Amino acid sequence: MDSVKETLTGPIFKNNPIALQILGICSALAVTSSLQVTLVMCVALTLVTAFSNLSISAIRHFIPGSIRIIVQMIIIASLVIVVDQVLKAVAYGISKQLSVFVGLIITNCIVMGRAEAFAMKNPPLASFMDGIGNGLGYSVVLICVAVVRELFGAGKLMGVEILPLVTDGGWYNPNGLLLLPPSAFFLIGLFIWALRSFNTEQVEQPDFKMAKHKPVEEGA
Amino acid sequence: MEHFLSLFVRSIFIENMALSFFLGMCTFLAVSKKVQAAFGLGVAVIVVLMITVPVNNLIYTYLLADGALSWAGLPDLDLSFLGLLSYIGVIAALVQILEMFLDKYVPALYNALGVFLPLITVNCAILGASLFMVERDYNFGESVVYGAGAGVGWALAIVALAGIREKLKYSDVPDGLEGLGITFITVGLMSLGFMSFGGIDI
Repeated sequence: MDSVKETLTGPIFKNNPIALQILGICSALAVTSSLQVTLVMCVALTLVTAFSNLSISAIRHFIPGSIRIIVQMIIIASLVIVVDQVLKAVAYGISKQLSVFVGLIITNCIVMGRAEAFAMKNPPLASFMDGIGNGLGYSVVLICVAVVRELFGAGKLMGVEILPLVTDGGWYNPNGLLLLPPSAFFLIGLFIWALRSFNTEQVEQPDFKMAKHKPVEEGA
Repeated sequence: MEHFLSLFVRSIFIENMALSFFLGMCTFLAVSKKVQAAFGLGVAVIVVLMITVPVNNLIYTYLLADGALSWAGLPDLDLSFLGLLSYIGVIAALVQILEMFLDKYVPALYNALGVFLPLITVNCAILGASLFMVERDYNFGESVVYGAGAGVGWALAIVALAGIREKLKYSDVPDGLEGLGITFITVGLMSLGFMSFGGIDI
């Protein structure tokens, strides 16, 4: 049971898909300008990763090695179509806001990456847990970024005003930059910095180290 | 003509695939350590986008859109839910064909692109461009121009980032930011620069 728990919780902090494996960054940045949209995206991605892992793992002995990418792609694409259709039927407004990014779950490297790296080698239950874990790891980063962007960029969370805006007679002057694309890059960069300050073994080694400055000799 | 030119410029600078829609980020960050590799990948992306976006446009218009199958006597059929599956299939197949074609007839280019060609199938910029094309109702002519513009914009961004990263390795970066962290912040600054193109219209 320990190993199941490990596959579930490992990806959230220790082996985070976004911060460490550099997977699935595309959508991580684009959908984070409001928390509600982000939550929907996280649920969608977690479900797709979990179920694609489950089904690929269940048929892993029957997939010929040479066409495995195509098989994985078709399974993932079918799942994404289901998610897309459900969103269109249940939450049309949010599905319009997410626009192409639901479709882009297909090429989200987390889904493909986990299918290829984990589900092809492990039994269905563990793969399912791995899918959920990686989905949650992705969600943690996204939700952190979205909370910062929406709270400080618009003074709201889930559309409810938290910091009263100057325009409505409050005191908070919203920082519009946070709603623009560049801030997503900065926030993820800083998030990675924070994460790696705690887990120092994740720090990448630089190609070159600066030599220490030597004090200049007097009269030299 | 002016309309096409405007669309071209807009898709390169203002709606830059990498820097304002964050598409193709994984490869964007992974393959931007050397200018030469980045350039090869950029060229491959331009070529693939110029082919796949128009082809997907034809498939959407004549097979998948609502009522598109009326030429086959099925005016009530709406297959647009099959869109995602068809686009990714078309992209995968076209990349494969392109690879075989280049291998046989243009070996020099094939060797230059090398491993990047198959990688492009899972690059979100390619699928993203096709999806944007459908969402914005581009016609065939517009989709050719849009495909080319999106590709050039992406290539420009990755070559620029690779240039910066080549210089960046000589700088003294704080421990936790080393590698991925500082790259993100660099890309953020580039994206800020590209935002200043906003509002330019021809």
